[in-house]
Amino acid sequence: MANKSATAEKKQREPLFHIVKRDGLRPWEPYAIRAVAILLALIVSSLLTLILTGKNPFLLFSAMFEGSFGSFRRFLSMLSDLAILLCISLAVTPAFKMRFWNIGAEGQVLAGGLATAACMILMKGWPIAVMIPLMLIVAVVAGALWAILPAVCKAFWGTNETLFTLMMNYVAIQLVRYFVTVWENPKGSGHIGVIRNGQLPAIAGYSEIIPILVVATAVALMYVYLKYSKHGYEIEVVGQSENTARYIGINVKHVIIRTMLVSGAICGLAGFLLVSGTDHTISPDTAGGDGFTAIMVSWLAKFNPLYMALTAFLIVFLSRGGGEIATTMRLNSSFPEILTGIILFFIIGCEFFIHYSVRLRHKKAAPAEVAADADSEEKEDRE
Amino acid sequence: MSFLANFIQRAMVQGIPLLFGSTGEILTEKSGNLNLGIPGIMYVGGISGVMGAFYYEQSLSSPEAMSGFLAILIPLLSALLGAGLVSLIYAFLTITLRANQNVTGLAITTFGVGFGNFFGGSLAKLAGSETASLSVVETSRYFKASIVGSDSGFFGQVFLSYGFLAYVAILIAVVVTVLLRRTRLGLHLRAVGENPATADAAGINVGAYKYGATVLGGAVAGLGGLYYVMDYMGGIWSNNGFGDRGWLAIALVIFALWNPSYGILGSFIFGGLYILPVIIPGLSRSMVEFFATFPYLVTIAVLVVTSMRKKRETQPPASLGLSYFREER
Repeated sequence: MANKSATAEKKQREPLFHIVKRDGLRPWEPYAIRAVAILLALIVSSLLTLILTGKNPFLLFSAMFEGSFGSFRRFLSMLSDLAILLCISLAVTPAFKMRFWNIGAEGQVLAGGLATAACMILMKGWPIAVMIPLMLIVAVVAGALWAILPAVCKAFWGTNETLFTLMMNYVAIQLVRYFVTVWENPKGSGHIGVIRNGQLPAIAGYSEIIPILVVATAVALMYVYLKYSKHGYEIEVVGQSENTARYIGINVKHVIIRTMLVSGAICGLAGFLLVSGTDHTISPDTAGGDGFTAIMVSWLAKFNPLYMALTAFLIVFLSRGGGEIATTMRLNSSFPEILTGIILFFIIGCEFFIHYSVRLRHKKAAPAEVAADADSEEKEDRE
Repeated sequence: MSFLANFIQRAMVQGIPLLFGSTGEILTEKSGNLNLGIPGIMYVGGISGVMGAFYYEQSLSSPEAMSGFLAILIPLLSALLGAGLVSLIYAFLTITLRANQNVTGLAITTFGVGFGNFFGGSLAKLAGSETASLSVVETSRYFKASIVGSDSGFFGQVFLSYGFLAYVAILIAVVVTVLLRRTRLGLHLRAVGENPATADAAGINVGAYKYGATVLGGAVAGLGGLYYVMDYMGGIWSNNGFGDRGWLAIALVIFALWNPSYGILGSFIFGGLYILPVIIPGLSRSMVEFFATFPYLVTIAVLVVTSMRKKRETQPPASLGLSYFREER
């Protein structure tokens, strides 16, 4: 917008509007902007639902609420979805803070999950007390391995990490497909049924509780790690400016590789929780796109683990609510994805208005239009 | 001999959607925008084309009344428009609102895949038609129609047996290569992708170039979705049928070293790798899945080797993935 006019005209004419960087925003203002964006997004998505179904939008919202809070089972299952998404979001955060675009979480989670499933299938008859720590270690190592290859290449040769990690996702997905056909049960079904061996124990009959507790702990640890540890500081500096980091004696290569190890390891943990804790099986859809959604969650929460819980809740709430709407209104099951997409567009877009403000053209620039626009512009100036 | 011809022909058919996708993405990336929404945009292109064709077929009293010209034009324009509009959302968010490109792209993919599967699964019901599944077989005949002489031996099968969109894909790839390499427009576009601040100082309208390349690139990628449904699938939409081809198209961009004419060869190689496990006799189902990792592994190898060699011509555009704000220097 601002670029357009400068080249085209030689006469001194200001563009119609002008974008400036904001500073000195009051602390509550960013939240107000985000709330407005979410509200707008909800209005647009309820309009869309209205057009497609012709039902009262308020009914839709109650159906949406039903999806997450309808019963204790649903609530718990919502919390467990939330925990997994949050765990993966935590995993990608240190990498993002370092400006290392790890979009390979999906693959790292699957690598961890695959390793867990392999243990569960191959270690028949082992005592559970031995199996669980062993599975955890194997899963974490597998996740870390999936992350470290792109990290090493980035550190030594500057290989584009976005593209590398992206490709690693599909290598992992295909490997899972391969092992699913190898281990399929019953033969010829194309999937692995429930694996009885090596499940995380259920508390009070609910298998979701342990994963939820583990992730809650991880949130706190990650918050401390990023905010108060030396590693967190180094990550921050490398993210802000690699040259500064080098100047103050931080070994950038070392930090990149170490941070990606952490990132991949937590993804592996998420895979372990998914396979041993909640799903008790593995398929190429085990991560179910959470590896990608987590990237948006982490970024939208500005890499703060506590806000991440809120953002992740919003997304899980929406997709479960959308699923509920789709079932009750007999819409296609892809409906929630459209809703999530719309809401994300609004939240992504609103970040702009937090960092920049749009000013209308200044009075003296175009004298002919002053009379007509005077009222509106005065208002603008006063604000 | 006929085995070879058959292999080449099937590899080409598999490669064409990837070629559309990667040509579109190269155009976009040359402006410095890493559009990870391409998989979603290709879905939208496919479903928009099918929707256009579906409503056209519905509006006719009998299949005989169909005009060949409209049967091709309507889906083609719908696909271009649908994919173009979704790319415009991406362009608006990343260029005007300077949002993070990775995050926006992934959101576009979530949206686009959902959009495709939603309308693919429920359009027939929403339109109140009796048929449960969404199919536009009649229209597809026009897309599949091949040049006369396609059944005359090796040459015919290898070069003449495709629907017209396949030739369009190759033509677009060649045109984009010439455009990027040999024209002032292409020079300016590359300048914007390498260093927008310098381009801006030289008087190039950075925003306009970015918008143009992103929307046009998205529209071209959308044709890949259209080719897939209309030609390869014979006009029958199946949910998630397009699979991970969108990501393969992005892989192909790297494999082709950001040069669309290498993309033609690359799409053929990827297509070959895609069908190789199916064609090799006696391969078990699990090995088929194992072989499917090859295109990705090859891409990773290319990515690593080019970054090690650091040849200027084969690097990603320098400002790839970064938003540009003139007042931030």
